[in-house]
This record gives sequence, structure tokens and C-alpha cells, in this order.
Amino acid sequence: MTLPSFFGGFKVTLRQVLEPRVTHQYPREKRPKPPRIHGRHVLNRYEDGMEKCIGCELCAAVCPADCIYVRGKDNPRDEPVSPGERYGYVYEINYLRCIHCDMCVEACPTEAITESKMFEFSFTNRADAIYTRSELLVDDEDGMPQQLPWEDWRDGEDEHTSGWMRATAPSGSAAYEGEVQWSGELGYGVRAPEGGQSDKRDDKATGNISIRTVERAKIPRKAGGKVR
Amino acid sequence: MGLEDLSHNFLTGQIEELVKWARRSSVWPATFGLACCAIEMMAAGAADFDLARFGMEVFRASPRQADLMVVAGRVSQKMAPVLRQVYDQMMEPKWVISMGVCASTGGMFNNYAIVQGVDQIVPVDVYAPGCPPSPQTLMHAILTLHEKIRTGELTRRRAEGTGAGIQIAEPTPGWVQPQPRPVHLGTPR
Repeated sequence: MTLPSFFGGFKVTLRQVLEPRVTHQYPREKRPKPPRIHGRHVLNRYEDGMEKCIGCELCAAVCPADCIYVRGKDNPRDEPVSPGERYGYVYEINYLRCIHCDMCVEACPTEAITESKMFEFSFTNRADAIYTRSELLVDDEDGMPQQLPWEDWRDGEDEHTSGWMRATAPSGSAAYEGEVQWSGELGYGVRAPEGGQSDKRDDKATGNISIRTVERAKIPRKAGGKVR
Repeated sequence: MGLEDLSHNFLTGQIEELVKWARRSSVWPATFGLACCAIEMMAAGAADFDLARFGMEVFRASPRQADLMVVAGRVSQKMAPVLRQVYDQMMEPKWVISMGVCASTGGMFNNYAIVQGVDQIVPVDVYAPGCPPSPQTLMHAILTLHEKIRTGELTRRRAEGTGAGIQIAEPTPGWVQPQPRPVHLGTPR
């Protein structure tokens, strides 16, 4: 066997050495997430600190996995918890049953339950997986979700969670085409429509990043990327 | 390894750290992909997420060479004895990750065909939620397991037949498994 033929077998291997690395180093960095991704839920509050949940149990009714348990109760007259007649005094989500379909978010009439972008969490026992009202409710002051010790939150994932977001099509209702994507958020205001909705898209305002711009290293050179 | 006879003192403390480091640096998973979660498990093993960074790129098809069983997908009642047998065939020390909501609780399949939680059959160390869990969630579960191995007791063994504190009932003494009778088709003459 001659030397060139020996190294000829390594041609593909050696060529790949110079290629950019495609692996995401997960514990150090996270893969960029689309703005519509479904993660852990939060229970929102109004800006005056009142809870948005009125205990109507529609989320529990619509849940295909039966992971939500809600009990409504009449508001105490002198110190109401929610502006409605009732409030959810028991609210539990079993994350070992939740399939993150976002149907509870669509069903909610008061935009009380929404989803954050965080899904990196795991449990060592079943009791941890049942999130009660005290864990799901956002902070009274800044409206940010609580961060439990086994959850891996990174920068930006807890932002823009308090606004309602349609789970399915970006332009679900023709009346809102190109007008609004998320509802008014605590501290953030009304969000601009995201890409793909209409020509009124504003990627800077929505934080919508094209995967093509972020992951050039993983796109073939033919299509404008870097990988051969 | 004969570690069961070890009595603890200041010398074995360092060895214990070394053994635990070795154990968590090369957790080889057994393939137990049952449904769509297995696709995400494969994605976690591929170049994009690369489980080789944790020393666990080899998904062993034989349970004797595996340390970790990633139960990925819904476990049907018929699959349950198979799953338990694969777990029994694995060598100690062994761990189980219940990947996805179907394996953990039955998920949205709350019916007679699906086992409502794989911890009724095998003891589960880490539950990964999601439907299916993304590779990041699986890696988070793996890192949780690493932490569990690092802080755990080296020679601890679980009691037989328990998972998540659930006791599996022993058959009543004197009870005999009913044997199937032959079925005769057609009208007897």
C-alpha cells in the first residue's frame, strides 16, 4: 500500500477538520429558540397585583392530557384576589402530564395562563413535578416568573411571557392580520406582529431571529452558509 | 467490583470520589426507544447535541453493557414485562431516566392500554417532562442524573420491586396462574 492511498482514505475526515463545529454545547449555551416556543406556564397578574385567573376552569376542561386541576372560589369581599367574582384558589399543573399544546392558553378568557420559553427542567421525584399556584404565579412587583431550583432559565427566556400568544397560526383571526401578535404585556406594552404575518413585520421589536442569520455555520455553502 | 464489603474510612473516601467520577463520566444508555421520544433521543446522540460530550454516545443494544435505561415513549401493558426484563438484565449500578410525559405518567394516553407511569415497573431516577422532551431537556435530565451519582451513596442498593415508593403486591400464596384452555371451534357432534 502506498502512502497517498493510505491518506486518501482520510480525505473526508481531514476535510471535515477545517469545517465549523455544529455541536451546541448545551450546559454552556442554549440553542436559539423561536419566539413562539411552548415552555413552562405562568399565571399572570394585572399591573396592580391582582390575579388574572378567575377560576372558570376552562383550561382544565380543554386540557387533552388532564394535567390541570383548578378549583374556583368566591372572592373575599373585603380583600379580593382577582377582579372577577371568583378566583382560582387551587391551581395545579402536573408537568409529568402536560404536553405543552397551549390549548389552555387559547381557552383562557382573561389571559391569565401563558407559557414561557423555558423547557429545560427535570425532576427527581413526582412531587416536584406538580406545580401549584404559589409556584406558577408571577412575581408581584415585576411580573416575572419564579425560578425554581431545578429549572434552567437563561437570559431573555422569562421576558414576554405575560402576554397572550396564539398557539397555532400567527394570523389566526383576519381582523388582527398584521396588527398585533401578543396582547399588552405587563411593562412591555403591545407587541408588534412577528415575521410571516404580514408586511408590517418588525423583527427588532419582536425579537424574532431568523435561524438563517444565527446558524450560518450549519447551513450548506450552496445556500449561503458555511458548511460544505 | 466487590465494593459492597468496603467499610468507610478516610482512605476509601478518595476512592469513592474516583469511582463516582468514573461512573458518571461514562454512563452508557441502553436503547429503549418506544415512540416519538426516541427520535429526540437519537437527535441528542447526533452531532447537533452530541451526547459523546458526556461520554455516553454508545447506545448499547444489549442490556448487559448498559448502565442507564432511557425509557423513551409510552409503555404499553404488553411492553411492561419486556421492559422489566431488560432492566433486570442490566448490571449494577444501573439508572433509569423516564423520558417524556407518556413514560412518566401515561401523559395524554390515560387509557387501559398504557402503563400510567413507568415507575410502577422499574425504579426511576430522573423524570424528563415534555412531549417529547427536547434534546436539551434530556441533557438536563442526564446532568441531574450526574449530580445524583456524584452526591449519592456508592454502595446503596434499592429494595426489590420498588419504584417511586410504590410497592408491587406479591401474589397470594397458593394462587396458581390459570392456564389457557384449548378452544374447540365449530359445533360439537
